[in-house]
Amino acid sequence: MPKTERPPVTFVDARRRLEAKARAPRDKRMSIADAAALVHDGDHIAIGGCLYSRTPTLLLREVLRQRRRDVVLSRSLMCYEGELFLAAGASREIVTSWVGIGLPWGLSRIVREFVEGGQARFEEWSHLAIGLRYHAGAMGVPFLPTLSMLGSDLLRTTGAKTMTCPFTGEQLCLVPALFPEVALIHVHRADRFGNAQIDGYPHMDADIAAAAQTVVLSAEEIVEPDEIRRTADRTVIPFFAVDAVVEAPYGAYPHEMYGLYDVDLEHIDGYARRVGADGVAAARAYLDEYVYGPPTPQAYLDKFGAARLARQRRAAEELTGR
Amino acid sequence: MTATYTPSELLAVSASRLLADNKVVFAGVGIPLLASALARATHAPGLTIVVEGGSIGLEVDPGRLPISTNEMRAARRAVALPSITQIFLYAQRGYFDYGFLGGAQIDPYGNINTSVIGTVERPKVRLPGSGGACDIACLCREIMIVTRHERRRFVERLDFVTSPGQIDGGGGRRRAGLLFGGVTALVTDLALMDFDPGTGRMRLVALQPGAEREQVREQTGFELEVAPDVRRLEAPTGDELKLLRGLDPSRMFL
Repeated sequence: MPKTERPPVTFVDARRRLEAKARAPRDKRMSIADAAALVHDGDHIAIGGCLYSRTPTLLLREVLRQRRRDVVLSRSLMCYEGELFLAAGASREIVTSWVGIGLPWGLSRIVREFVEGGQARFEEWSHLAIGLRYHAGAMGVPFLPTLSMLGSDLLRTTGAKTMTCPFTGEQLCLVPALFPEVALIHVHRADRFGNAQIDGYPHMDADIAAAAQTVVLSAEEIVEPDEIRRTADRTVIPFFAVDAVVEAPYGAYPHEMYGLYDVDLEHIDGYARRVGADGVAAARAYLDEYVYGPPTPQAYLDKFGAARLARQRRAAEELTGR
Repeated sequence: MTATYTPSELLAVSASRLLADNKVVFAGVGIPLLASALARATHAPGLTIVVEGGSIGLEVDPGRLPISTNEMRAARRAVALPSITQIFLYAQRGYFDYGFLGGAQIDPYGNINTSVIGTVERPKVRLPGSGGACDIACLCREIMIVTRHERRRFVERLDFVTSPGQIDGGGGRRRAGLLFGGVTALVTDLALMDFDPGTGRMRLVALQPGAEREQVREQTGFELEVAPDVRRLEAPTGDELKLLRGLDPSRMFL
């Protein structure tokens, strides 16, 4: 599978594009359909959260509903949203350090089929390397040095390079900055301007937001700007990095939202079992049932039912209560 | 007293005994986290557990084991929840004494493959990938490999080096630029191993209870060196097994 034929965005291009954007505080609230329309065919989409935590599930669902094509997905650890994009024909390239759901479910059958069959490309970096690539992007520099990946074959299969340190003479691994076209990030709360707060694990989201050209936020709750001003120490993404704000309660479901709702492992296990048995056909059936079928986020959540959502909410309260 | 136990239980207990008190361990979910929690509950109450999703000082709740390193169950009573990148930068800075690793393929020098069987361009089996394994192998001080002892796992040559161990057993790590750390122990359900100071290759140091040299040889896909005086490891005690089973009562990982 050849690499997507597109020159990488340099740090100079990324800065110029960003400088050209308006920065006036303005109301960025919009419908989820309008927000997802900021994603274009061929875009590199960086996905916030990690594995089955704080995944922007509703935003990803909407991107799939709009039938985007040839997007590149990157994420710290890729859960089955990667499988769904492959099965939907929306992506043929995944950039991550790990793909799967978790140890109990084994290897991803769909990623195996697509990658082993030459229909998709899996660009593997170490977990830190992915983080430093976003961080370099967030810093506006072309690369960052690290001691990781030295001695690994990942050095030769990725775009990483080595150099001799000009100060100490030691060998370093250099990872190139990543400037995604779009970041999709789900947060606990944001105001209408896009000032965003995350509870619990920050994962890589602040860096992803600062590295991306366009940032689409969904939030469990839209709060008044005054509330953000009272708790400014908790703001991890400032408004000037944000292009769209979508109010999306249960926006990560069935994945977990720290302190708000627990991961719905029953649901995920059911999906994994069906895919384990029937492969791509099962993923496409899941797309029909949960992505293309329900016309609105509410219709999607109704499939799980209020009682189940309430149960997951109680579980999270109990898990994060001290 | 002879207790009965599963290979996973034996692995977790053996790994826990390798952890000294008052150190910091970078643990993955499953057996490494169980081993770390068991060590804290027995001989190492001052051991700090760190997981890569971004949790420092977590306390594993019996019956509430995390399946991923970035979920709420991995943050129970943690002292800090930094970003994933920051967690690995603490490793690069040198704070983490131990790193646990497993692997689909392991070679005689403790290098590990969790990426592909076959070639990267057209893999026969696309494995899940490094995750934080390559970072742990490069950045932690003492890397310990914990895995089932199977012939298909212990192979002379890897298809791909995801996580560097001792590289070539000579000065390979240093030449690659890895100034710190290295693999110090490999624990399996059959044996404890390290590396021969002369050849740099994997070496049998001790046998698990009930395991014999011939069995270890059969289950290793390369010529294994043997230490001059091969010891016998002690069986898990009743107390260790009780604590361990209490941590994972539904046997998600045991």
